[in-house]
Amino acid sequence: MVEFSLPRNSKVGKGKVWKAPQGATNIRRFHIYRYDPDQDANPRLDTYELDMDTCGPMVLDAVIKIKNEMDATLTFRRSCREGVCGSCAFNIDGTNTLACTTHLSDIKGDVKIYPLPHMPVIKDLVPDLNQMYAQLASVEPWLKTHTPAPERERLQSEEERAKLDGMWECVLCFSCSTSCPSYWWNGDRYLGPAVLLQAYRWIADSRDEFTGERLDQLEDPFRLYRCHTIMNCTKTCPKHLNPAKAIAEIKKLMVMRR
Amino acid sequence: MASNDAPVARPRPLSPHIGIYRWQWTMALSILHRLTGIALVIGTVAFGWWIIAAAAGGEHYATSQWFWGTWLGRIMLFGWTLCLFYHLCNGIRHLIWDAGGALALGPAKATGILALLAAVLLTVVAWVIAYGLL
Repeated sequence: MVEFSLPRNSKVGKGKVWKAPQGATNIRRFHIYRYDPDQDANPRLDTYELDMDTCGPMVLDAVIKIKNEMDATLTFRRSCREGVCGSCAFNIDGTNTLACTTHLSDIKGDVKIYPLPHMPVIKDLVPDLNQMYAQLASVEPWLKTHTPAPERERLQSEEERAKLDGMWECVLCFSCSTSCPSYWWNGDRYLGPAVLLQAYRWIADSRDEFTGERLDQLEDPFRLYRCHTIMNCTKTCPKHLNPAKAIAEIKKLMVMRR
Repeated sequence: MASNDAPVARPRPLSPHIGIYRWQWTMALSILHRLTGIALVIGTVAFGWWIIAAAAGGEHYATSQWFWGTWLGRIMLFGWTLCLFYHLCNGIRHLIWDAGGALALGPAKATGILALLAAVLLTVVAWVIAYGLL
């Protein structure tokens, strides 16, 4: 359902201001979404003043600095700090991306950080991704075959393997799905760009023998066809992949198999 | 027995979405397609009124002609022309996408700007011709 305003319990209030340490001269302000499930209060937007002379170059560096030096209660996911784990996806400066690969110097003025949009928030910048994991599981993202396993690997030509480029690189950060207005309004039934990219990754795999069944499962007004080629997914992908293209290829296969 | 005074879990808040997402040309062109489509549905009803008035003739037709000749009527018609041409051009863009083309960010942006410019150009041409016929 299209609903532009936030539910009553989700409206974001004014938060605290955390002052920069004494003597800091190069100060930058970070506005960060906070929600504490242990307190009976709405989310709020805290402001942190950081001494940039002692801060690393990436958004993740700043967030870790806040947690280490100013406010240990700030909660977020992070792991690899080099864009391969997909944990630190936030809405940064208005678009979804990975904090670890986003340069602070590419953002103008104050830095605004929210959790991935239109998701249930567990705490601060940590959204509940369970529904998306369930949707991912529903497309059975693994090799499926009818024929008995050969003695060695199932072989693939270089050309066949090249078809998977631009899909296997996905780190499942869900920046794309949570940038998609269609997923915002119909995320309960529409699979979203991240999951559909993974669905196509197996449809396009020459070794997979369940293409027909996979297409059957996607042929649905909501699961696939809520994609209206808005292309926010491709625009925001921190790995520069193209989920919109993958979805278009699935739609093409649907037409061609008639 | 389980205690009944355990705190009722507060439902998780929904993170902000359209209110905080920075407007992208992708979503702007897309919502414009939807909005012009809605405007055209309303325009079709108006067009229906004009056709029926023309069939009824006489006074009905005169009233209709008078209304479309007023400034308000002309502005509405101009708006619908612009909507029609944007929806048409962007519709062609959708057909290209459905055929698997222009889905990289560069071509998607270029065709989007092209659709906007073509819509403006076609509208101007249509109105120049229309005023020439008057």
